[in-house]
Amino acid sequence: MKKSLAITLLLAGTLGAVSAQAIDTKARFMAANCAYCHGPEGKSRGAIPSLAGLEQKYFVEQMKAFRDGSRPATVMQKHAMGYTDAEFEQLGAWFSAIK
Amino acid sequence: MAFDRREFLKISAGVTGAASLGALSGCASGPATGGAPYKVVVVGAGFGGATFARYLKMWEPKIEITIIEPNANFVSCPTSNEVLAGLNKLEDITFTYDHLKKSVDNWVQDTVTSIDTVGRNVKTAGGKSIAYDRLVLAGGIELMFDKVEGYNAEAQQTIMHAWKAGPQTATLRKQLEAMPDGGVFVMSVPMAPYRCPPGPYERACQVATYLKQAKPKSKIIILDGNPDIASKKPLFLAAWTKHYGYGTDNSMIEYRPNNMPRSVDPVKMMVGTEFDDVKGDVINVVPPMRAATICEMAGVRNDSSNTWCPIDYRTFESLTVKNVHILGDSTLTNFPKSGSVANNTGKMCAAAIVEMFNGREPDSAPVVTNTCYSAVSETTAIHVATVFRYAAAKTGPDGKVTPASMVAQKGGGISKEESELEFAYMESWAKNVWADTLGLPG
Repeated sequence: MKKSLAITLLLAGTLGAVSAQAIDTKARFMAANCAYCHGPEGKSRGAIPSLAGLEQKYFVEQMKAFRDGSRPATVMQKHAMGYTDAEFEQLGAWFSAIK
Repeated sequence: MAFDRREFLKISAGVTGAASLGALSGCASGPATGGAPYKVVVVGAGFGGATFARYLKMWEPKIEITIIEPNANFVSCPTSNEVLAGLNKLEDITFTYDHLKKSVDNWVQDTVTSIDTVGRNVKTAGGKSIAYDRLVLAGGIELMFDKVEGYNAEAQQTIMHAWKAGPQTATLRKQLEAMPDGGVFVMSVPMAPYRCPPGPYERACQVATYLKQAKPKSKIIILDGNPDIASKKPLFLAAWTKHYGYGTDNSMIEYRPNNMPRSVDPVKMMVGTEFDDVKGDVINVVPPMRAATICEMAGVRNDSSNTWCPIDYRTFESLTVKNVHILGDSTLTNFPKSGSVANNTGKMCAAAIVEMFNGREPDSAPVVTNTCYSAVSETTAIHVATVFRYAAAKTGPDGKVTPASMVAQKGGGISKEESELEFAYMESWAKNVWADTLGLPG
């Protein structure tokens, strides 16, 4: 988490005026892809859990646990197996930033 | 760790590139409509078109979006089989476009009558002429009634397809309600590819749910044009066996593969296949389908059989007609034709157009998912889930070209077994995908 904060600050510092546009569009698209089950902006209606506001570390750990089967699931193992660790980090960063 | 150093450098480079290209964006995108703003016209506000429009506006508010949609309301195909079971009412799956209308610049309730892809202009039945820089066709499917002998306008008053949710769904439910106990419900499955691969088999389950409780002496005959159950086969067979006596002398469901309906007779209430004539009290024939008529108008329904629309997976732009993008069920892809895929490919296309509008390259390796639930009883459901990754076209050492595709990743597949938990997830999925597509408030 510390490192990710450092990188965020570094990004903001280095890029100065354009930082407002410095959106990780790949992460934004991947996160939007989750919305059809987990709700727009990761805010779910009904039994499927929300993703908005989850801590990045927790999100990444859960995705890895789905992937290796240590957290049982109906659907999520199939999704977790299709993404890379780096993508878990990107998605976790994205959802943690949603209030 | 959020990014490693290499990724960080890549991202910084991307941002720097974006900043320098920003000033050129007007030139790079080249508006054809004679100046700002850049105009995107969307035809069809189903899962694909509506989602596309919402996300495009969110991600690039400078683009002017017009939606042309003939219907006053959105009726969801997903969960419409539950209306046949009496678990849902048509009102439960019908939504106004009020929220979606607020997310776009122009809303035109009208039918498109012609498309000029050279002059970049769309004409409507209501006499409107609408210019575009990019056109997005999200019209779903066209049903080919002429492929089934006798399935004319008059026959369509008696024989429902109910493969586009709406009045057809309500009528089919009424027909089932009016059917006597001991009656026969004959339904068909078109040849793949068709909209919603598990849909017909779910329909059999949902009609059986109703008949089991209300008219237990009745039968369901499934005439499948395909050689076998086309989706979630072991799970449907297990559900038919568990709930509806499949495999016993008393089975409510009779499954006949390789039985393509060739003709219908609404007076004798018969469906003809290559093998025999099947009589039913209620007949539900889903004709073969192809990409929506608007795709033909734009000249993009141009695969080898003029049935579907070939697209570039990175942008959903037609492979042959510039500035025309096609979404959802109309496309020729290796995705299943599902509401989930339509919703997500709407976002893929929106993301790509945002990048191009801003003078950047669209994502060269998109990753996207599909998750589809089917209700197999009044309390249980099953799913299929897959992650797809883009793979570019390849030329082998022999010179043979493998076209670009979305590769299903290892680990995807179907449920272990039906469950009540998945029924709850299915209901939640429906609420979320409706909200995501139409911009419904929480």
